[in-house]
Amino acid sequence: MSHLTYDQSKTIATKTILILAVITVFEVLFALLGKGYLVEGFHIPHWITGGVMIVLSIVKAYLIVYEFMHMKYEVPGLVKTVLLPTLLLVWAIIAFLAEGDYWNNSRARVKNPVPAQTEVNN
Amino acid sequence: MASASIEHAHEHTQQGSAWAGGKEPFKASYGKLMMWYFLLSDAFTFSGFLIAYGALRFSMPTWPVPDFVFSTFPGGFHHKPLLFVTVMTFILLASSFTMVRAVQEGHQENKRGVVIWMLLTIVGGLAFLGCQAWEWNTLIGGEHMTVKVNPFGTHTETGVYLEGDGHDVKKGDTFQPGMSYLIHKHDNEWAPLKYKVTEGPNAGVEKSQAFGPKAFGALFFFITGFHGFHVLSGVAFLLIICLNSATGLYVNRKNGYEMVEKIGLYWHFVDLVWVFVFLCFYLL
Repeated sequence: MSHLTYDQSKTIATKTILILAVITVFEVLFALLGKGYLVEGFHIPHWITGGVMIVLSIVKAYLIVYEFMHMKYEVPGLVKTVLLPTLLLVWAIIAFLAEGDYWNNSRARVKNPVPAQTEVNN
Repeated sequence: MASASIEHAHEHTQQGSAWAGGKEPFKASYGKLMMWYFLLSDAFTFSGFLIAYGALRFSMPTWPVPDFVFSTFPGGFHHKPLLFVTVMTFILLASSFTMVRAVQEGHQENKRGVVIWMLLTIVGGLAFLGCQAWEWNTLIGGEHMTVKVNPFGTHTETGVYLEGDGHDVKKGDTFQPGMSYLIHKHDNEWAPLKYKVTEGPNAGVEKSQAFGPKAFGALFFFITGFHGFHVLSGVAFLLIICLNSATGLYVNRKNGYEMVEKIGLYWHFVDLVWVFVFLCFYLL
């Protein structure tokens, strides 16, 4: 339950949706800029654009969960039981991406590899 | 009479120990708490899918470039990278905002406000589903991508095309590694273009376009489909709760418009998942 008045919560909701919209527009423009669509011949390394996108997406997730879903106004125990388990995903992401990378690097050592891109047979 | 006895029972349990019942853990009602834990488990399901996407993508030497794959826009527009999905994202964000407003009107016990804002949310949900239907239709019907066939390939070498496809590629066009292409179908037959490698150890060799990683189509349709199914069931629940609000069912309830709050949690979660689907499929 929030202790905010009706008008206060209305203002917060409007502010939050505007911030979310601005972040989304920025993400798309930054992705297109990084890939050279906006300025001829101008590119940003993929790891920079990717990193910025991931950080901004986490900011968006924070805003949705904390403001729209009212997590900010719940008691700390509830917040912990919901958010702490998601930390397990950090390892899942690291482990599985590393595994995928390993499969890719093992390609040359496989006897009959499935080709990454298959020939077209009509 | 009945309400007086309920009040009495309530008072009684308040005096008991923490194990006597009547106390809400985390100061949240049973329904709301369980909605949170359901959403947590659903978050793990979606994470499993998206992590599988990441692992398979990392296991491939090439992957279709998203701003090449998703560049069509209704009305026959092409080469508008990411424009349509940005519109879809905005529709879902807007419906999340209208949902927040419905919950706030519920706190005010304003029936009219709840119904109006919920109806707007339903419209947003349906608009999003319509957009997704158009996107799928374009990919399946126009570009012939299916769960098993992915016509979006990516070059790994530098080269020059020996023929054109009558769409975007002309004879003599050059390309670099990392550039994606779409294999078209002519008269129901795949028509991969022939090209000559111009640099590297294979220089001078003639090759033709190959299909992209098969997993791409399956992952795309499965994950966006699973999300779309969440949106669809969300719309169904929104409709039910909107009708219940309109008939005045929640006016006399002890917890008022809490059902609106619960479906609100679910709806924001669908929006939250889209943030990460948008990130993995379209931005990265």
